[in-house]
Order: sequence, then structure tokens, then C-alpha cells
Amino acid sequence: MNTLKKITKNQLFIPLAALLILAMFNLIMDPGFFKITLGQNNMGNYVLSGYLITILDSGSELAILAIGMTLVTAASGGQDISVGAVIAIGGSAMLRVLCGNDPKPAQLHAPIIVAFLVSCIVCMLFGAFNGTLVAYFKIQPMVATLIMYTAGRSIAAWINNNTLPVISPTASPSFAYFGGFIPGIPIPTPVFIAIICMIIIALVLKFTNLGLYTQSVGINESSSKLNGLNPQAIKLLSFVILGLCVAVAALIKVSRIQTINYSVIAKDIEMDAILAVALGGNALSGGKFNMPASIIGAYVIQFLTTTLYKFKVQSDALPAYKAVVVILLVVLSAPVVREYLSGLKKKIKAGGKEVA
Amino acid sequence: MKKRVLATLLSAVMLVSLAACGSNGGSNDTGSAGGSTGGSTSGSTTTTTTTTTDSGSSSGALIKVGIINNDPNESGYRTANDADLKAMFTEANGYEASFAYSLKNDEQITAAQKFIQDGVDYLLLSAADTAGWDSVLKDAQDAGISVILFDRTIDADESLYEASIVSDMAKEGETAVNWLAGQGLSEYNVIHIQGVMGSAAQQGRTGALDDKVKAEASWNLVTQQTAEWNAEKAQQIVQSVIDSGESFNVIYAENDDMAKGAVAALDSAGISHGVGKDVIVMGFDCNKWALEELLNKNWNYDGQCNPFQASYIDEIIKTLESGGTISQKTIIMDEKGFDAATITQADVDQYGI
Amino acid sequence: MKEKSVLEMRGIQKSFPGVRALQGVDFTLCEGEIHALMGENGAGKSTLIKVLTGVYTKDEGQIFLKGKDEVNIHSPQDAQRLGISTVYQEITLCPNLSVAENMYIGRTEGALQNWKKMNADADKILQSLDIPAKASQQLASCSIAVQQMVAIARAVDMECKVLILDEPTSSLDDNEVAKLFKLMRDLKAKGVGIIFVTHFLDQVYEVCDKITVLRDGKLVGEYEIADLPRVKLVSKMLGKEMDDLSDIKSEAKAYEEKDASEYVFEAKNLQSNAGIKPFDFYIKKGEVNGFTGLLGSGRSECVRAIFGADTVIGGEVKVDGKSVKITKPIQAMKNGIAYLPEDRKLDGIVGDLSVRENIILALQVLKGFFKPFTKAEANKFAEEYIKLLGIKTASADTPIKSLSGGNQQKCILARWLLTKPEYLILDEPTRGIDVGTKVDIQKLVLKLASEGMSITFISSETDEMLRTCSRLIVMRDRKVVGELKGDELTQSMIMSTIAGGESEK
Repeated sequence: MNTLKKITKNQLFIPLAALLILAMFNLIMDPGFFKITLGQNNMGNYVLSGYLITILDSGSELAILAIGMTLVTAASGGQDISVGAVIAIGGSAMLRVLCGNDPKPAQLHAPIIVAFLVSCIVCMLFGAFNGTLVAYFKIQPMVATLIMYTAGRSIAAWINNNTLPVISPTASPSFAYFGGFIPGIPIPTPVFIAIICMIIIALVLKFTNLGLYTQSVGINESSSKLNGLNPQAIKLLSFVILGLCVAVAALIKVSRIQTINYSVIAKDIEMDAILAVALGGNALSGGKFNMPASIIGAYVIQFLTTTLYKFKVQSDALPAYKAVVVILLVVLSAPVVREYLSGLKKKIKAGGKEVA
Repeated sequence: MKKRVLATLLSAVMLVSLAACGSNGGSNDTGSAGGSTGGSTSGSTTTTTTTTTDSGSSSGALIKVGIINNDPNESGYRTANDADLKAMFTEANGYEASFAYSLKNDEQITAAQKFIQDGVDYLLLSAADTAGWDSVLKDAQDAGISVILFDRTIDADESLYEASIVSDMAKEGETAVNWLAGQGLSEYNVIHIQGVMGSAAQQGRTGALDDKVKAEASWNLVTQQTAEWNAEKAQQIVQSVIDSGESFNVIYAENDDMAKGAVAALDSAGISHGVGKDVIVMGFDCNKWALEELLNKNWNYDGQCNPFQASYIDEIIKTLESGGTISQKTIIMDEKGFDAATITQADVDQYGI
Repeated sequence: MKEKSVLEMRGIQKSFPGVRALQGVDFTLCEGEIHALMGENGAGKSTLIKVLTGVYTKDEGQIFLKGKDEVNIHSPQDAQRLGISTVYQEITLCPNLSVAENMYIGRTEGALQNWKKMNADADKILQSLDIPAKASQQLASCSIAVQQMVAIARAVDMECKVLILDEPTSSLDDNEVAKLFKLMRDLKAKGVGIIFVTHFLDQVYEVCDKITVLRDGKLVGEYEIADLPRVKLVSKMLGKEMDDLSDIKSEAKAYEEKDASEYVFEAKNLQSNAGIKPFDFYIKKGEVNGFTGLLGSGRSECVRAIFGADTVIGGEVKVDGKSVKITKPIQAMKNGIAYLPEDRKLDGIVGDLSVRENIILALQVLKGFFKPFTKAEANKFAEEYIKLLGIKTASADTPIKSLSGGNQQKCILARWLLTKPEYLILDEPTRGIDVGTKVDIQKLVLKLASEGMSITFISSETDEMLRTCSRLIVMRDRKVVGELKGDELTQSMIMSTIAGGESEK
């Protein structure tokens, strides 16, 4: 009984349980859901395919964003709703560096790594902009990031003079690797990129005080200040880290289709990232967080999306299903419901005893 | 407590006056902003003027046009459309043009009211939504302003506008479906990727295919999903069909971006596509890069959605200015469908956007 | 039910995960009685109050009210409807609403509200209670003490039969306390039963009729005030006979003149943006001194300026004779200064973090961002100080917010002791905590001083300061007005210095 209680109280319980329910549902409806096959793609490479691979592949960007969003949520007690727009900016900046002024370059104008680093710097600057508004001007995070949410995609379009650059395979065969496959490796590259990001954040959390500081600032800013922390700097830092995550996600997104559409790229992804944080059982009002739970939350969302695609649910109805999940989560985590449930459990236990 | 009530009252008053500003006080914005790169993706209307009004005799001869369009970043189509309009309505061609962009109907209506206040000669309109335009167009008529609709129609009395230059989306769909039927496959298993539901382009292009599937026993829809013009979503939709193991031989994507996303999914699954291959790929809008895919025989078909309405509009204005009349209210533009088997480099250069 | 009782609680049980907060507690309150509820922190006073007011649901037991027999109280609204009103230690009003709105919030029938009448009524009550606030004033613009009184006014106006005052006096000065007592006596005369929870023994003996003592979640007993002298009360609360209070006095060291070379910390014309006049200050090695003065005289602001907690706008600071710049807490910490803030909840604890994380926080910040302690190291520190200070907690992993006030305070103290400071500032370390812990802290202060630590000690209880400090800096109206040492350290001397005239050095 005690171990059961321990398990249900663990923060990983909700996202893992959600994952399990989705998996069970698919197993019952169609065991073929879990089939993974090895086939050849059009470049002649052997690659793995199957729903599970698709989930891991497509969920990568979201998992990466969930890392940054978790830190921002913890430190600032609010969320950044501009990540989708900043992905457009980062992707646009990257393509601008790669293509120069020519929307269809015959060859790249700069190495991909340079373009990626430029994109990182750009995204971190926009993160710093949001962070400054939140930390130093004390604007509510959602309101502060509303600015970039509104203006970001226009800025992205402006970076490339309203043109839509396309990188053809002849210009650079390797550009598609980041969102597709590297020849000879049968697993999609975004999966590796996501794993690298997770390892990095795990190391950062282990070998620095990022976790303690962000949580401390998120829980009690005034007390943190009196303990020698600089709450503003820490909030700013969390937004800059999110900016870096955004740049990585932008690389994958742009590489997937080797072009960009400013108004639809990564549309509404901020809502999914926030939902991932919430699904992980983290308080959206900030404070304590559990990073693995957020990341699992991201994959739960992708699992749900893929499941709905599989059952041919109209994809414009997806937000409605996500809304149901959010409502369930919020209701289940409400103190009133928790108290009622624990009371119910006691009653059942008492009843069981009487019978015995 | 009094303070509180007063504050509420005050804010109410401010709201009302703000609304009033929106409807008639905006004249000082227009004309002051320079440059032409603006435009917002979501939300606010932006108004820019391409021609700086010279304090000279020339300004008297210019025809003032107010152009209300959708956001140029919406798609390659819109970008080309906007660029076409900007190239046509210049001072050199005898126009003084002001532009307003929004994807929201109410913001567009506000912009229209502003243009009416400014006393433009012509109001060119590509409406975000079909409804709600009656009263503002009536105002324009009362002010002696001629209204010309382009790209999109509205639900208003025909007498309220001079002409409407539109693409016939249903015809685009029919052209494409007829072409597909002409391929003579024994069975058509179609993955149908739709645009944003309810948009004119989606309705027109979906309608033709739906009718055909209903009529012919050998035509099946493997899946019919909206990817909302988004390439990644299209990729996921096609990926999902591939993962399920269902067989298909046609991808009917309602724009080029989504066709590209679909092809990305095919490529990673090792499914061949293009002329003489396993899967027929169809797109719309004729982006230059898409036509190049046709030229390389990777795709099979691309339907044109003609964004170049400026010359039509120019012609109408010239006719009206010279005292002529327009014989036909609705003008449907010529639109082609390109087949990978017959497309030439010249087509790509001429029709690619 | 007894003839005159308005409230009876029988066999109340309440458990939290890992803790049995109340075990079979009985409590009886009679009409027109002021009844003190006493016990150390964690003895179960607050839990009992919260059960009575419906904040917690009791696990077992019965509650009887006069004329109603057994009642079930599920929510604060239930309690209010039954005529049980509460004023909590922490102000639970809405600072951004007006005074009148705060007094009437949640009490109106229906959706309509006659604002004019509400304001007039509120003003009448405020006037009758002599509370210096206007009905239309925003609550946040009142001082903490006035806010507290508004909370009482709200409770009083609710026609209550049972009024619970949970530490209402901890942020009031003597004048305000006297007003409150007058008010309590008035209410008593009207037949209201009042439950009074406080740590101030003087106040208990001044105003109460009966005392109920709790210890470790159990009832110790109910006593008539006349039958229970102070020493006995303290020993009942602590569960042992003790003379510690008198012991301490003899331990206070006499102030010895030393020359400036021994100054651990020295400030000249120090000034912050918190509205205090520039002041000079110094402290020597092993010295315990203190700031005294009325509530709001600038005591806390002075030490906050020393620590860099407020924005420092002028003055020179020397540590160990060397000029340093202290404008941020981290700079003070690096110079060996530690500061236990006045408001434990707002400035001290990091509620959701564990006891361990709270204890290591300051040292960890000093150590640096890239050098986190391993879990083993952190545990070692935490365990060491939990043992050293006798912190009562289920484990080092328990969130600090679930500890009682006194134990939270000990954690914060542990946090700063862990940094091994040369100079420790304690601002109201004994506020709102039980007698036992108070004595512990005072003893600790003297022990640390004897080991060479310099300590500034601030308390609103002058006898605590007299017991521990060898030098007192007296403040009035945000200005240092005097300094007392040696023979001058008497209650009456402090009073007269605070009260008026420039002090004679």
C-alpha cells in the first residue's frame, strides 16, 4: 500500500500514466501500432519506420522546447507564448545566412554551423528581450511575450525581405539531415538532437545550481534576494536558455522541409510546450519543477497527436482533444477533488475492512 | 469606492472614444508612414503608403487608391499578389496607393473606413471574410468612391462594387481532378490534404475531388485531413498513413507547401513519386520551386491560382476614368494547370511565383 | 453541554501525513470569557483553531455550539454562519481593496451592494473602535498594525458569538495593544466568548480569565488564571520545570570598552532608500548589541541597510577596518555578514523547497553557481544543524512550509550559521515562536558571542534585549536617538530614551 502511495505521489506518475493509457488504447485498437520496420528511403539509406519512430521523431522539437519552458515557468511563474514566432525568426535568420539574398541558391553562402550559431544568437537575443521585460520591467511573462508573439512572424518575414527561401538538395544535401536521416543511421536525426539536449540539461542541472536558483526565485523572490541571489539575472537567464532551445527547434523545423513559411511554421507550438510543462505536474505559477516529467509530458502530447492522426480524427479538432486533457489535469490537481478522492479511498478501505 | 465607479466609467468612455478614433480619427496615420515592407502576421492592421506625396503639381493628377489586402506573409501566393499590386500602383503609373493588411475582417473594415475618410478615389479590397461589408461599402458609395474586389468575393449587393476579379477555385479543382482522371489509373487511392477549413480555396479544391470520389467507384479517399496550409502537418498526416500500412497512389495537396511536406514523408519511407512512379503528387499555387519539381519530374501536377490581378484592376480603373462602363461584374482570371510531362522552363519562368 | 458554555470541542483528532497534530483534545469556552490557548509552536494551537474555523476538517471528535448541539463545520463560511469569527496572525485581507470592502467582502446577500451605506457603516465601526483608517482608503496604504485592526473590526461587526484572535498583537505596539484589550473587554461584557492565542505571557495575565494548555497535540489542562502563576504556565507548556528565564540574565556580558581596531563592522552616514536618516554604527568582535524603538521606528531598516537588502544611497562601510562596498546582499555575505530577516514567511523561507535546501541555500550561493554541493554533502549539513538546533521535522526532505513557525525560524538560523558568519544580524528572531525556542535562541546568541561572533539582535520584547545585549541603539522616528550601555541598560532608561529628548551619552 505504501509503495503504491509513493508511486502515485511521484510527479512522474501523471505523465507516465497518461503515456501508458495511450499505449494501452493503441495496443487494444491495433497491435500493429507498435510495429517497427526497417526499409529503404529514397536516398537509398536503410531507415526505421513505424508509429513509435514517428512519435519520437515528431516530438523532438516539443521536448526541446519543454526544457526551456520548464525553466522559464519555474523562475518567472509565467510562460513564454512567443516561442513559435521566435522559431520563425530563428529559422528565417538561419536561411538568410545560408542563402544570402538569393531565395534559391545554387550553393550555400555559409557553412550550416555558422548559420546555426547565428540563429542561436538571434534567438537568445529575443529571449533576452523577453527576459528583460519580465525581470527588469516586471511585466507579466504572458503579456511581455505577447509582443513577440504578435510581431515575431513579421520580423521573420522582414529578415528575408518577404521571400521564402528554399534550399534544394543540390545546393546542400546535408541540410536535410537535421530534420531527416543521416546516411547510414536508421534513426531520425531529431531524436538524437533531442537526446543531446536532454543530456546537456541533465548535466547542467547536476553540475550547476540552475535548478536550485530558478526554483528558489520562483518560490520566493524576496527571500532569494536576501540569500544573495540576483532574481532578475536568473529570470533573464531562464529566458535566454529558452531562446537557445528555440534555436535548436528552429533548426529541426526548417531542416524538415528545407524551407520556411513564416505564418505557419511551428504554429501554436507554444501552447503545446506549456501543456507539456503542465502535464508534467509542474505548477504553472512557478517554483518547484521536475524536468523529466515535462519532457515526458511533451512526448505524451505527440503520442496523442499521432494517435489522433492514426484514427483520422480531423486535425483541426486536435486542440479540442488537448483542451479535454487540460481540463482533466486541472480538475484532477485541484485540492477539492484531491480531498474528495482521498476521502473516497478511505471509505473504500474502511468498507473493505468491515467486509473482512 | 466612488473612485472605483469613476474609474470604471472613465474606462468605458475611453473605450467608446477609442472606437470612434478607429472609425474616423485615423486620417493622420495614413500617408505619414513610409516604406513598403511592413505587414503583420496576426493582429493589428498596418497601413503604409508607397508613394510619398510630392508637394507638386503631379500629385493632383494621381489617382488615389486604397488597397486592403490579407497579410503578405500568409503564403507565397499572397506575397506574389502583394508584390504585383505594389509594382502596378506606383506614381510612375499614375497612382498614389495606400496599403492596409490584416487577416481579420473587423480590422479590414476599420481600414476601409479610414480610406473613405481620406477620400481615396478607388477602394481595392481582398476581404478576409465574406460577411459584414454592406454598410461600409454603402458609405464608400455615398462618398463617391468606386470599390473593386480582387481575389475574394463578398456577400453584398452587386450594386455596391464596380467589379470583382476572382479566381474560380471550384474550376481550379475541376481542372485538377479532370487531369487526374485523365491519367487512367485503374484505381485511385487518394490522400487528400486540405487547407484551412472554410477558406474559399479549400472549399473549391475540395469540392471537385469530393464529387468525383462520390461518383466513381474506383476513386477512394485513404484519408482526408486538413493540414492548415502547414507543410509539417502534411508530413505528419502522410507519415501516419504510411505507418498504418494502407496503400495509396495519389497525393492531392491543396497547396505547394503541403505537397512538399507530403513528399518529405514519402522520401523517408522510400516511396517513389513523380512521373511514371508509384505515387502521383499534386499541388496548387505554382510556386517557382514547385514548378521546378515538376520540371524534374518529381511531382506530377500543379494547379495555378493566379495572383496577378493588378493588370486587370488597372484596366478597369482606366476604363472607368475614361468614362466607360464595365460590361461584366465578375471577372474570372485565366488559370492553368501544369503537367510534369509537358511543362517547360519558359512556363516556370513565366508562371512561377 | 454545560450551562454557560458557548462552545465545546470533544476528543478532536487531526492527522497530517507523518504527524498527529491533535490527539483527543477537549476545549470549552464560556459566555463572556476570554480564554487563552497556550502552547509551544507545533503544540497544535493553530490546528485546533483551523479545525474550529473549517479550514481543516477534523478526523474525529465533536463540536457543540450553544443552542445548536453538534455542528459540522466544513468551510470558513460554515463557521462564519455559525457565529465563529477569526482574526489570524498573518493578515488575510485583500490589500488592493478598500477598508470598507475588506470589512464587508463575502458578507453581502445577493449581488447588489449599497456602497454608500457600506462606507458609512464601516466608518462608524472604525470610529467606535478608534481605528485610524477611513472606509474608502485602500487597505494597502494602512500600516500593518491598522490592517490588523481592520481585520478585528471585520470580525467584531459580524455579530459573532465566538471570536478567535490568533496572535493578533504580534505586530501591534503597546498603544494599539491597549486599544485592542479595551475592545476585547467590551466584547466580553456583551457575552462574546473570545479565544486568545498569543506568545506574550504578560498579555495573557492582563486580559484572560482562563488558560487551556496544549503540548505535542495533546491537552495538558484547563486552568483558572488565578491558579496558574507564570512559572507554572511556562513549565506546563514546556513539560518540565525550569528556571532558564532567570538563568539567562546572569550570562549577559558587561560591555567592555575596546578601541576602534577591533571593529568587525563599521558604518558612517549609512543611508538607504527605505526612509531612514543617515546613521553611524559599529560592532566589535564578540559583541551583542541591538536596535530598539517603537514599531516602525526604523530598527529593521537600519539592519537592512547594513546588509544591503534595501538600496543603499549613501555612507561608508568598513569590514575588519577595510573599506568595502555593500549594496547587495551577496556583497554583505562575502564579507561575513548574515541576516535573519524580520518577516519569516515573506523574506525568510523558500516555502516549497525542502528543509535541506533551505538550510544550505545561503552557503550554496556563496560557493557559486558552478559548484553545487553533492546530495551527501547537503544532507550532512542539514542533519548536523537539525540536530544542533533541535529542529522538529519528519526528514530533511520535508518542505519547510509544513514545519511550525519556530522550527522554520530555526532552519533560517541554521542557514546563516552554516555560512560561519563573523557578524550575524537577527531581526525579530523570536517573533511568533514559542517560549522554549525563544530561550533556545537567546542562549545560542550568547554562546555564539562568547565564541567570538558579533551579533545584532532586534526584538520588540525589551526584556529579551536587556537579557542578551550589552549595548542598545535607540531609535525614534527613523533616526538613531541614543545609545545605552552598562548601568543604563534598564527598562525605564530605554523607555525614557524612546519617549523624548535627546539622549545624553
